[in-house]
Amino acid sequence: MATRRPEHSGPPELYYNEDEASRYASNSHIVAIQSEMAERAIELLALPEDKPSFLLDIGCGTGISGDAISATGHYFVGLDISMSMLRIASQDADETCNGDFIHSDMGQGVPFRPGTFDGAISISAIQWLCHANSSNQNPKKRLHHFFQTLYGCLGRGTRAVLQFYPENESQSDLIMAQAQRAGFNGGLVVDYPNSTKARKVYLVLMTGGIAQLPKALTGEEVEEEERTSVDVVGRRNFVTGNRREKKPSKGSKAWVEAKRLRQIKQGRDVRHESKYSGRKRKPKF
Amino acid sequence: MTPFQTMRLLTHNFLSSGFLKNAPTGYPLKLNAIKIETKEADFDEKFIKNMIPKINYECLKSTALGIDSNVHLPDALPEDWESNEAFLKEVHRVLMCVEIVEGELQCPDTGRIFPIRDGIPNMLVQEEEKMDEQPE
Repeated sequence: MATRRPEHSGPPELYYNEDEASRYASNSHIVAIQSEMAERAIELLALPEDKPSFLLDIGCGTGISGDAISATGHYFVGLDISMSMLRIASQDADETCNGDFIHSDMGQGVPFRPGTFDGAISISAIQWLCHANSSNQNPKKRLHHFFQTLYGCLGRGTRAVLQFYPENESQSDLIMAQAQRAGFNGGLVVDYPNSTKARKVYLVLMTGGIAQLPKALTGEEVEEEERTSVDVVGRRNFVTGNRREKKPSKGSKAWVEAKRLRQIKQGRDVRHESKYSGRKRKPKF
Repeated sequence: MTPFQTMRLLTHNFLSSGFLKNAPTGYPLKLNAIKIETKEADFDEKFIKNMIPKINYECLKSTALGIDSNVHLPDALPEDWESNEAFLKEVHRVLMCVEIVEGELQCPDTGRIFPIRDGIPNMLVQEEEKMDEQPE
């Protein structure tokens, strides 16, 4: 994802053709990441317990996120613009799948009557809306129309959690501004903000009432990384440390410990701390 | 390969073509089913109870009667629907077990037809057919 962005190569209904769709569905790495993000998105929805809800899955693709919804006992309707993806989704679905699929373009609005859903999730889809693929498409208008109709079809007091890969700050600003114009409250929740790989951005939108944004995962679950939609992120991320503070010399115990803590923050598996860390081996070894 | 998951009446009950130009409500979409299938689904009482206040009962009944004459739904939502298990089971059967494989949906306002193929309704429209944007 970091190197190649599929949304630059053309419209999604053409990019996700049969080959790409089946490659997508059979790639275990993609499936693992997508279902992990879907589970996190459902968690962020904060649905009432022991009440099966009716959810909207925007950009459902091959139904990976739908499986995650079904696994939690909820029901869903999946929207996608790629018929090839939907075919795979509908063919792969088994008895445990609690959802239907609809061929629809989110930029044209969500085709449901008001108050239909108890929540909405979207995994890696809305960044596609930031690109115009024909002369009569205006990304800003499409985003606005999408959020407006999404707001309409959600019940009051429900949430929409949209995971996406923002290309740059102005893109996430554009998306948030349009969501706010449509009437949503909310902002970004960034999981593992210190890691390039594990970092995931979730746009958490709430209908009605100002509520606290859920906490992001950081790996150690102590530090909290929350952002409101008006914050300028770039300016906040400066580290104002004491410049005279010396860096630990490479290979020293302090250096090993600092590196270990850094990797924990990034959400990686690291060895526990030990009195042997950073020690030299004896020559007889 | 035949598609497994196809559109249920549950989804039809909420679909609307209100995004079309000149379609003030776009609801309920008229369903012309060509091929329907009936499937078994687990009865999830909590879910049905959660959905009943939200579904449009009239639309559900008329649509269900239109494609399946074997529907036993009362004319109006019974007062005791929460405890009436036979009623809940019938709603479950109609909502969750009847699936439309081939057919079409028609917008009640504009007459625009949305085809259903392989159980997936195609709600795509041309940009010109869309509702005009509200002025910025």
